[in-house]
Amino acid sequence: MSEPLALSGAPDEPSPTRGVRTFPTAAASLGRRRAFTEAMAAWTLAGPAVCFLLVLFFLPVIGVFVIALTDWQFGARTLSFVGLANFREVFADDGFRTSLLNTVIYVLIVVPGTLIPGLLIALLIESGKSCRSFYRAIHFLPFMATLTAMAIAWEALLHPTIGLVNQTLAAIGLPTANWLRDENTALPVLAVIGVWQNLGYAMVLFLAGLKSIPQDLYDAADVDGADLWLDQLRTVTLPMLGPVSMFIVIVIALRAFEAFDTIQILTQGGPGHASEVLLYTLYRESFVYLRTGYGAAVAVVFLAIVVTLTLVQARLMDRKVHYQ
Amino acid sequence: MASVLIDGIDKNYGPTSVLRGVSLSIADGEFLTLLGPSGCGKSTLLRILAGLEVQDAGSISIGERAVDGRRPKRRDVAMVFQSYALYPHMTVASNMALPLRMSRLSAFQRLPLLGHLLPGTARTAAEIEVEVTRTAKSLGIGHLMARKPGQLSGGQRQRVAVGRAMVRHPAVFLMDEPLSNLDAKLRVQMRAEIKELHQRLGVTFVYVTHDQAEAMTLSDRVAVMLDGELLQVDPPQDIYADPDDRRVAEFIGSPKINMLEGVVRERGLIDLAGSTLTIEADALPGAPLTLGIRPEAFYLVDYGGPGALTGSVRMIEHMGSDLFVHLDLAGLDHPLIARLLAERAPHIVPGQTLHVGVRPDRVLLFAGDGRRLRRKVESGRASVTPIREIAR
Repeated sequence: MSEPLALSGAPDEPSPTRGVRTFPTAAASLGRRRAFTEAMAAWTLAGPAVCFLLVLFFLPVIGVFVIALTDWQFGARTLSFVGLANFREVFADDGFRTSLLNTVIYVLIVVPGTLIPGLLIALLIESGKSCRSFYRAIHFLPFMATLTAMAIAWEALLHPTIGLVNQTLAAIGLPTANWLRDENTALPVLAVIGVWQNLGYAMVLFLAGLKSIPQDLYDAADVDGADLWLDQLRTVTLPMLGPVSMFIVIVIALRAFEAFDTIQILTQGGPGHASEVLLYTLYRESFVYLRTGYGAAVAVVFLAIVVTLTLVQARLMDRKVHYQ
Repeated sequence: MASVLIDGIDKNYGPTSVLRGVSLSIADGEFLTLLGPSGCGKSTLLRILAGLEVQDAGSISIGERAVDGRRPKRRDVAMVFQSYALYPHMTVASNMALPLRMSRLSAFQRLPLLGHLLPGTARTAAEIEVEVTRTAKSLGIGHLMARKPGQLSGGQRQRVAVGRAMVRHPAVFLMDEPLSNLDAKLRVQMRAEIKELHQRLGVTFVYVTHDQAEAMTLSDRVAVMLDGELLQVDPPQDIYADPDDRRVAEFIGSPKINMLEGVVRERGLIDLAGSTLTIEADALPGAPLTLGIRPEAFYLVDYGGPGALTGSVRMIEHMGSDLFVHLDLAGLDHPLIARLLAERAPHIVPGQTLHVGVRPDRVLLFAGDGRRLRRKVESGRASVTPIREIAR
């Protein structure tokens, strides 16, 4: 026990030999006291955040894990543990599998659909001299806007008869569609809206990445003979954008996995299950059908996918992209 | 192998004039250094030579062909950058191979997977690899080929950058302060290696630096630039001993040359700092002029009098074999710095009064506008009043 030992050298101890013997012990005591004070300060400063993390994050996550093992229904006063029955049901359920597949398709459209045009727009803006901040601003606007309001605007645009999209298509003689009510178009259209919303964000990040590429590398490429646009893109620009691209892929993928608001407003997962994605299934099972235990199991699967994805991407990012 | 002709180059960035009428002829195989303080336009001139910037007026010829308007790769030059500018995602081998891949493989042959299937790609790639390996070995970096620049030390990166320039066998090597990112010891070592490289390759080198030691040790000729103008182009020893301009004299030499204001009293006599020196000047009596005296042009004398300067010792710097003595002279706001041989100048202490003589043939005279006033030194005639010399 260190506590009594530390106190034995304290200056107020009535000891005749204090002046000679206690000096090193007093120093040790001083050191310990300082360490204690530091630890107290650290806990005081970190304490509120830790409390909030515990209450708002870790406890709910643990709660979800526990609920996933029960048959609890939202609002019910009783529940019983059913083991892994919810998970068995989740994986056997066609609706869940459709939802998972839809999510994957949605992510696979949104991520490349954001990344590649985002890069192209950033390159275009960077290569031009005038109106840079204007182009930046108009492309960034959708990201800043309230998505719910924007979804309503999209609904108006995509209206089967009076919507601008169909009227334009009809005017130039192209076939029209009931975009949000057709099971072949609902999910792709939602993904396009997802792309539209995230594009500006990716573009701004790419612009920052482009700015940080040293001019010397382009000069070296010029002297070395890699002076055509495509050669410079391959030799300098794309490799140097590696880290920022990886970051964008992770962020956009996570945002795409979390897609919910446009779907809730525009299609409610329909028609049928055609535009139902994981988060929407989770919401509907838990809060519409009140099958909270089942919903919690979906949430656990969702969490597992997202965490795995993040870890894999982070690992790849460290190994492949940082050139050290 | 090529000579370089720079003719009347002007360059402006907006209202700022960076280069004004710079003309310079560089011989085939010469090592020429552009020396000047930062912001004097020397790097801009090098970038114009490389084709990375376009001049507003004037023309550049390399190997007796005008290269204005040509892309950098068509100028047969290679450049080593201050930051090395190595591609961080490529290995040393790929970095060095890039210029050859660009010049010898077609755009289709360079395609990532498909390129390997095209006829001739494999053979050319193998040739490139052989050449890159040979160059790397000659630079002592053969064992680093699989590494990426991030895993190399500063000196190794420097060698890779030089190697990338060398593989192409360019007619002209352009180097933009290639040693300034290295520590002092490595810099001296790499300096020797660059000198050796120049002797081995025998091609034209244009080297930009603000470090006069690099310029003096490496160059066949030094071009001193200041404020966008070329002040003097001469071999290092002439730049030091025989500068054309006051600014050149002040820029070269460490410690700095002493600049003393004097007035011509009559033919052959100049008054300065309470003394009179016997120096022929091509100026009328009463004309003010500036005397530039290098620290080593002083020697110790044992009493004051005509031809000697007298001051009190402010500070002494021991440099081993030499002493730098800072002397406060009456009527001078800056101390005079004299370099004296340590063994001949014992027991000097701060506060002491000291008399120093001046070697008249080492005094440089400058007119009020900074122009050098040359004078004929009549050999055989001691132009300093004979006083007994106790030092040197």
